[in-house]
Parts: sequence; structure tokens; C-alpha cells
Amino acid sequence: MSTTVASRVPPSATVHGANSLRTGPDARGKFGGFGGRFVAETLMPLILEVEQAYETAKADPSFRTELDYLLKNYVGRPSPMWFAERLTKLYGGAKIYFKRDELNHTGAHKINSCVGQILLARRMGKTRIIAETGAGQHGVATATVCALFGLPCTVYMGATDVERQAPNVFRMKLLGAEVKAVTSGAATLKDAMNEALRDWVANVTDTYYLIGTVAGPHPYPMMVRDFQSVIGEEAKLQLHEAEGKLPDVAVAAIGGGSNAMGLFHPFLDDPSVQLIGVEAAGHGLDTHQHAASLSRGRPGVLHGNRTYLLQDEDGQIEEAHSISAGLDYPGIGPEHSWLHEIKRVEYVAATDNEALAAFQQCCRAEGIIPALEPAHALAHVAKIAPAMSPEKIILMNLCGRGDKDIFTVAGHLGVKL
Amino acid sequence: MTHAFPHRIAARFAALKAEGRGALIPFLEAWDPDAATSMAILRGMPGAGADLIEIGCPFTDPMADGPTIQRAGQRALKAGAKMVHTLAMVREFRRENTTIPVILMGYLNPILSYGAERFCVDAAASGVDGLIVVDLPTEEADMMAPFAAANGLDIIRLVAPTTDAQRLPKVLDGSSGFVYYVSITGITGTRSASLADLHTALPKVRAHTDLPIAIGFGVRTPAQAAEAVQVADAAVVASALIDTLQGSLDADGRPGPNTVRLVLDQIRGLADAVRGARVAA
Repeated sequence: MSTTVASRVPPSATVHGANSLRTGPDARGKFGGFGGRFVAETLMPLILEVEQAYETAKADPSFRTELDYLLKNYVGRPSPMWFAERLTKLYGGAKIYFKRDELNHTGAHKINSCVGQILLARRMGKTRIIAETGAGQHGVATATVCALFGLPCTVYMGATDVERQAPNVFRMKLLGAEVKAVTSGAATLKDAMNEALRDWVANVTDTYYLIGTVAGPHPYPMMVRDFQSVIGEEAKLQLHEAEGKLPDVAVAAIGGGSNAMGLFHPFLDDPSVQLIGVEAAGHGLDTHQHAASLSRGRPGVLHGNRTYLLQDEDGQIEEAHSISAGLDYPGIGPEHSWLHEIKRVEYVAATDNEALAAFQQCCRAEGIIPALEPAHALAHVAKIAPAMSPEKIILMNLCGRGDKDIFTVAGHLGVKL
Repeated sequence: MTHAFPHRIAARFAALKAEGRGALIPFLEAWDPDAATSMAILRGMPGAGADLIEIGCPFTDPMADGPTIQRAGQRALKAGAKMVHTLAMVREFRRENTTIPVILMGYLNPILSYGAERFCVDAAASGVDGLIVVDLPTEEADMMAPFAAANGLDIIRLVAPTTDAQRLPKVLDGSSGFVYYVSITGITGTRSASLADLHTALPKVRAHTDLPIAIGFGVRTPAQAAEAVQVADAAVVASALIDTLQGSLDADGRPGPNTVRLVLDQIRGLADAVRGARVAA
């Protein structure tokens, strides 16, 4: 590998220039017109305290040292970069690489942010952790770090999700967490987040809310993005090692958008890299059963930030639908809304059926059972790869493994387990 | 200073101060459980002893509310409630009552969806006097403040036990009408502050504002309402009234023959207690 090529790949600690897209959010937590801090006054002082604590931690080398230690020795980072040769042949076009965050401890990217946030919670002297979860991956990751740090953990999970993600519910309980089934509203992820916020309001002094995605009030979208950016930073170096260049396209699935933000952020200032976020189209974008906030929603305020939301004409939040519980959210992280409006990232959608097909292809061609979330990303890769030349490179975030989804998939394939 | 608007809130608190007593502010959720029932409750409130009235605007995701008000909102939305209906209720109410202040309490998204400016114009034209927007802290207040001010609507800010002395002036800056003191760290209708807590907390808020202070979240009984107006200027009662309403509904959520009467009777009991508390002016 020549040093000229190497010098073109910026190190992870880039100094961002004036035209950088990586400097957000502003002091008010805004990415363009999105983000902010829309919470009740009771929570405001606490949100400011989290922000202050995070800024202090970021500037403290010992925080970074401990985080790196946990990421390496507990999470298992760096996660490998895999050239998916058989899928590349199957689709017959661009070279496909998987960033294998499904190999992390607990089986998904969620743990990246959990280890960061639990260190922050400890610095803040908090003695109790709460979290929301959809598919259960964030709940499991939170329960895991709470076990590691010996902190009591309560996970809010929609009753609908408790039912369709039974293995993860049991995992959380094994790890010592209390799982509270949320029956209000539609009993899915958004209601779990409402309930977690209500818990936090009632337990402000001792409790830290460990949010799982790049949503919620500032500083969460920024902080979770920062912790997840390890995905894109590693991928950039690994792909440089393997191919000596940047990817042409980077693809990730989007529910709240944490794995996508983690992959995309280190590439935002590389204009040659096309970034594509794949929303869940559920039964189809033109049905009312999808989770495509950017493709079909409009801006509004929910869960502490201004972003694109699925909502009716009166501003009532609509239910999302996806075969994947992890994408089943009517909003999206505010930074994605901004990247959508400035057109830096292209946002597309894949249906339940497309994701199911990609799920099966991945199992058979690569011997990897992916989670249904990245199966949406792969469904889009399957659409674009054939039309690209073999010199082109697609980098896809394989952000979770599919063990948790085998019951759902079996159900859709008509198989009784 | 002359105002182009009636400023019913300031006038009402001034009159109560002259009378030497505090105010009762009962709450109802618009269209809970249906349009006719909530309109009948609203109409009956002044006669039952309400001094100001707070109307909740239904929202799918009321993150500061406990199960009682959540369910009220769900019933209202199921009945087809929209923001225009809430405003229409106030407009209809104003045909027979032009003096009692009406405050809308809600969440930001339905207001933004309506259009922040258009909402303030229409709310004022309908006879609304003040707004409490739960998820609009002072840090984001500029989204609404100019439109509210231009239309003579008071922005009533929430102050919480977590709001410290350093933050308090910032929160109060731009507040008008009255200050809503959230007496507990928690959601609506779940627990109550002790009298000792209130005695500690209220003077700290008073030190920073001349505005009247209302206590809400956890005021349920006539005795608690009486206590609240001994330390503050008003008591807001919400979940306790909705519990009564809910208890009178049939299995399908339809109002019973006594629904309106039961809620208004409860308001009468609260009003008597507030009037009997004899606050020194």
C-alpha cells in the first residue's frame, strides 16, 4: 500500500473545516432546523446536566481510555470487515463489504453506545438505569452493561414487542433487568420511550436514561452518534487496508437511525462517498403500514426533538409498521432529517418482503443470519449492486444478528417452530 | 400601559386578591369522552365554582401525563377530537361567558401542525387567554412567544422542583398570566407534594416573580386544594376530576346519566374548600 493512498485517508480524529458537515449540532442542539430540547421543565435541568457531564467526559482522557478498553476487551472491537464474495457474485456488480457489527458482544451495534453511556452515568453518580427498547437489542445491551457495572436496570418495552421478541425479553431478565411491558398507546417503541421519559421525570435524582438511538432531546442525538461513529471510523480504515480506497456507496438501515449515523458520520466530508439510508417500507410506502418517516412523514416534535415524523393532518403521531421491531418507530434521529434536507444522504425504503428475501439470501450465500434491520439495508444493496461496475465498492453495515428474529421469520415463511 | 386584549387572567387574579382568597382551576380534556359531555362540563364549571378553566388538548403521546390523563386523551381522540374542535368549544363557551379565563394545556406537535402563528391567532379569536405548552421549555420558547404576544395570549410557564435558583429567572423571563408550579417530580395524577414541601418551595419562586402562582400535579382532594391556596394563589385539579368522569362511563366508554353532575359536584366541593381556606390578601 503506497503512502500517497494512505495519506488520502484522514485519521479518525479529523479537524473539521469550516465547510464540514461534521460540526453539528449547534449550542442549542440543532442540526439545521432539527433537534433541540423539547422536554417538560422538570427534565430540563437534568438534560443540561447530562450535556455538561458529557462535555466534561469527552475532554477527559481517562474517559476515552476506559471506553476504548471496554470496546476492545468487552465488546470485541474492532468488528471485522467482510468481503461478501458470494453475494457479490450473486448480485453480479459492485463489490459488497459488510461491517460486521453483528459480531459485537450482545449481537448488535447498540452496545457501542451503551458502554459509553454507562461510563457517563457512573461519572454522574447515577445509581439506577432506565432504557426503552423496540426489538430488544438495546434493552439487552443496556441490561448487559448494567450487569457489568452492578446497577439496577429497568427496560420499557411495548407489550406488542414483548410478545414478538420473547427471546430478548428472557435475555434481559437473565441479565438481571426488570422488563416493563408498556400497554399505553400502540404498545410499541414510541410508547416505550414515552414511558421511559415518564419514569425519568419521576426519578430525576438517581436515574440515568440510557437512550438507544440518535433521537431524544439534545445531547442524546449527538452523544449516541459520537459513540456509534466507531463503526464508520473503523470501516474507513479497514476498507482502506483491504482496497486502498473509500467506498463508493455506504448503506445502512434506519429506524431511529443510530447504526446509520455511526456508519455515515465519518464519511460526511468525503463527497465521493454516496450515503444511503434505508427506511422500512413495511407493506409498501403507499399503504399506511410502514415506518418511513423521511419518505412519507413531515417535520414535527416528539420525544424531545424536532424531526420528520409519521403524523396525521392534526399532528397526532401515527403508528409505524415494520416486520422489524427495531425499525418500527414513527420518527427518526434529527441529524438524519437535516442530512435529508441538505441532500447529503439519500433515503430510500425496503418493504417487509424485500427484507425477508434479502435475509434468506444472506443466510444461504454468506452463512450469516442477519437481523431483519440490516436485511432492509441488504435489500437495497441487492437493488443497486447489479447496475454498478465490479470496481465499485458498497459498504453495508451489518448492524445486528438475526437469532432474535428467527421466530418472526419462521412465522412469515409459514414454518412452525 | 393599555392592552388591545381583555387580559382576563390578570383581572381575575386581581379580583381574587381583593377578595382575599385563592383560585380553583379545574381541568377538562376536550372531547372526553365525547363532544357533548365535555361541552356540558365546561358550561357548568363557572357555576360550580371554577375561577379559571384549563382545557387539555388531546395528543397521542402526552409524555408528562400519567395514566388518567393519557386515557382521557385516548378517549377524546377516539371520539374524533381535533385542535379545531377544542378551539370551537372555547368559542361556543364564550357566547355565554366572557369573563372567566380559559387556558389551553397541550403539547407542541399538534400546535406546530396547526401552524404556531395561525394557532395563536385562532385561539385568541376563540376566546382563549393563555397557553401551557408542556414540552416547550424556555430554551425553545421563541417558536411560540412572538405569536402568543402578538395575539395577547399569556404564556404560562411550568416551574418544577428541579428548577434551581439559577435557572428560575430564565424560566420566568417571558412568563405572563401566572406561573404553574409543578409540585412533584413526576407525571400528572400519580402522587402529591407534602405541605412542608410546598412551604419550602413556594417562597423561592415568589422571590423571583410578582405573578400569581398556581400549584398543579397531585392536587386531588378539597383538603389538598385548600392547602395549596394557603401557600400559593391557585390550585389546579385535573386527574381527580377525570377519575370521576372515567368511573361514570359504561363498559363501552359512553357517559352515564350522572357523568356531568358528578364532575361538577366534585368541583363544587373543591371550590367550597378553596373559598373556605381564607387566605390573607
